[in-house]
Amino acid sequence: MPVAPPTRKPRPVYLDLTSIRQPLPAVVSILHRISGALLFAFGIPLLLCTVATSVASAEAYARFKGLIGSPLAKLVLLVLAWAYLHHLFAGIRHLFADAHVGVDLPSARRSAAIALVLALVCTIALAARLW
Amino acid sequence: MSAPVKSPVGAHYGLRDWVAQRLTALVMILYTALWLVVLLWHGGLDYPQWKALWSGNAFRVATFVFMSALLWHAWIGMRNILMDYIKPFGIRIALQGAVIAVLVGYLGWTISLLWGGPAA
Repeated sequence: MPVAPPTRKPRPVYLDLTSIRQPLPAVVSILHRISGALLFAFGIPLLLCTVATSVASAEAYARFKGLIGSPLAKLVLLVLAWAYLHHLFAGIRHLFADAHVGVDLPSARRSAAIALVLALVCTIALAARLW
Repeated sequence: MSAPVKSPVGAHYGLRDWVAQRLTALVMILYTALWLVVLLWHGGLDYPQWKALWSGNAFRVATFVFMSALLWHAWIGMRNILMDYIKPFGIRIALQGAVIAVLVGYLGWTISLLWGGPAA
């Protein structure tokens, strides 16, 4: 009996990222990328600028502190602090995954939630100190 | 004798970069922990303490190691991002070149901060 050629049903392709509900690990993952890019573009120069002015003299340090004392500057600082914290915690989560620790789905979801929440809690604590 | 087998895939920097990304991450985690200890130990720093901290050679070397790790780590990450999202070859290469230029600039800035000028 001749074998029937395989028939393939056309599968629906639906990749509208804006309306697919992303699982939590995916959210943490894309935020890891975004935070990394933010740190590259704004975090590193701000860090260098802070050290440069603050070590130069007490007056320059005071001037710089005044400059970053405005609400807008504080907001920028907080966003970058969050970027650092999120990148740190999500990165540590990656290192555990590399060591095959917590790679099953429930643990991966739990650790994603922990990284996300920990970064936000630390950022809020920092915000409380800044204001 | 058989001819040397040419590997059919890859440019072979993938694994090296993957390892480097992890090792530099560990260096940065350690440096972050060091800062945490310094801040908790002193409970905030006034200007003379701050200045003294930055004039210590061990601290400068640690900071330089951290910054080197950071810039290498940033290169791997930024290149991954550009490879994923920027498809046209010319634009991607141009952007990668820009990233390298910025990173080299950061490195020069770091060195001049740590060891150059009256600030140091």
